[in-house]
Amino acid sequence: MTALLAVDRLGVSFATPEGPLQAVDGISLSLERGSVLGLVGESGCGKSATASALCGLLPSGARTTGSARLSERELTSLPERGWRSVRGRRISMVFQDPMSSLNPLLSVGEHLVETLRTHHDLSGIAARTAAVDWLRRVGLPDPAARLASYPHELSGGMRQRVMIALALCPGPDLLVADEPTTALDVTIQAQILELLASLRRELGMTMIFITHDLGVVERVADRIAVMYAGRIAEEGPAERILVSPRHPYTRGLLDSVPGFRPRTGRLPSIPGAVPSPRDWPSGCRFHPRCPHADDTCRNGAPDVPGPEGGVACFHPVGAP
Amino acid sequence: MSLLEVRDLSVRFPVRAGVFSRSRSWLTAVDGASLDVDAGRTLGLVGESGCGKSTTARAILRLVEPDAGSVVLGGQDVRALDGAALRRFRRHMQVVFQDPMSSLDPRRTAFQAVSEGLEVHGICPAPRRRERVAEIFRRVGLSGEHLDRHPHEFSGGQRQRIGIARALAVEPRLLILDEPVSALDVSVQAQVLNLLEDLRDERGMGYLFVAHDMGVVRHFCDRLAVMYLGRIVEEGPVEEVCGSPLHPYTRLLIDSVPALGARRRSVSVASGELPSPLSPPSGCAFHPRCPMAVPECAAVRPELATVDGNRRVACPRSAF
Repeated sequence: MTALLAVDRLGVSFATPEGPLQAVDGISLSLERGSVLGLVGESGCGKSATASALCGLLPSGARTTGSARLSERELTSLPERGWRSVRGRRISMVFQDPMSSLNPLLSVGEHLVETLRTHHDLSGIAARTAAVDWLRRVGLPDPAARLASYPHELSGGMRQRVMIALALCPGPDLLVADEPTTALDVTIQAQILELLASLRRELGMTMIFITHDLGVVERVADRIAVMYAGRIAEEGPAERILVSPRHPYTRGLLDSVPGFRPRTGRLPSIPGAVPSPRDWPSGCRFHPRCPHADDTCRNGAPDVPGPEGGVACFHPVGAP
Repeated sequence: MSLLEVRDLSVRFPVRAGVFSRSRSWLTAVDGASLDVDAGRTLGLVGESGCGKSTTARAILRLVEPDAGSVVLGGQDVRALDGAALRRFRRHMQVVFQDPMSSLDPRRTAFQAVSEGLEVHGICPAPRRRERVAEIFRRVGLSGEHLDRHPHEFSGGQRQRIGIARALAVEPRLLILDEPVSALDVSVQAQVLNLLEDLRDERGMGYLFVAHDMGVVRHFCDRLAVMYLGRIVEEGPVEEVCGSPLHPYTRLLIDSVPALGARRRSVSVASGELPSPLSPPSGCAFHPRCPMAVPECAAVRPELATVDGNRRVACPRSAF
């Protein structure tokens, strides 16, 4: 079976007054149809830049290298005109803050009807009916009445439901969700995660779920890719990554989450701070913070995981 | 007697119906909150956005004026103080906010930020101030070379250490921590939590820890108070509250947390949204979302009642 999305040594760099800034440095991923990949990492690790590259939303002046193919179609060289037939219809996205992606002057109904009619050959009345259907599907109470609501009249959770309806109504092959529940209260976050899980079952959705929260990714992902300083540290089945991580960074990250279990003493922490793309360390980029680092790690970079997964470490956890 | 004793604290804000409207209504942000913080101990105050947890903290510090109730710190009635006396008393109660970038003056160096308190309260004569601040810096994990840098030259974790150093400099008896690690990456969050814990144990300060992250709270606190729509609905030892919650809202909050290791367990996802504090539901404010609600819950507002001698809960049905 060929992958729906095949990313091969993708790199993203941004133009800045101080010269180019390499945010993503050669990541490879493969996504089967119907699966959910969790892309996890801390601030500045390149997870959002990866999402922007996959959605054709990089700012002008950004450069990509390597390749990203959606059903054999190359995305990195797609001109803006080409993106118009891909974005929405083939790849759709949901962001952290729905307020900034909704037009405050358009009602919920206008948003949905316009999107539905752009992508499907529908009459105004049919689009309205479909819009109500979508609002019901994403769990908005009283969907017909909600068509007339404006974004500011909705709560954060309701706005995120509208965004999900907007992202899914064109029938995309791939949904990229970038921290979709981070701005929500925890009880509302649980509702949205539950909604995404049920829509996934119903529609056979393929999704990249980007988050900094390991607990959230555990609830949604089949596979997990952990990013650190622009590279993938470790990639594999979610269960394996969370239960027996092989990269010392993944291990440290999991240990330092104050988990929802009885306290067992001091919280293990990773020394140092997350490096910025301006001064990424040489060799393995995690070596200055790693308890197992030696000269090998300081001098050379370990092989990065290929599309089939793996770990980028000379001394993986649990190895003899 | 506890270090901090708060009794029946209420805070109301005037809300105008429209720009030109004369009629005013009141938003009750905190409604009769009572809590105690012991020296050398941490009380966690949790709840979702708009529940009044930060307003409670600010009212204790008198950064907002309470409408009713009493705040007694170390035997001193804080509400009875005014002007110069209040300013002098502030050295006993310090605060660390979520975003140190917005509480640090970008034009002042880290040394200036931290030494200000020493100067205002006349704690340390001018010639010895630099030495004293350098000592505090070392204690919070910063070095002497950091003294003359400006806030923008520090990472998020380092800025939070400066915020802690500034609060610590005046040797307070009570430290109020308002979401102190929410803006930090997980790997750095653990370092800051460990530092705060060591400082508390060394100096015997009492902590009021305001947070929304149940995992962090469970790890860090001795006791826990849960707020919903301006009222404390449950309070008790942290392990008992998290391990066997009595109030249905506490249970919902705990079930909603995506917890590591609880993969794919079935979660109870409550429908409904947080109600607006402008028009709180009648009776128990949680009744519209509560799975155990009976008609009586909409009519009678439950008071906090003591359970097992050591816990308090505001739900007559919690025994069922």
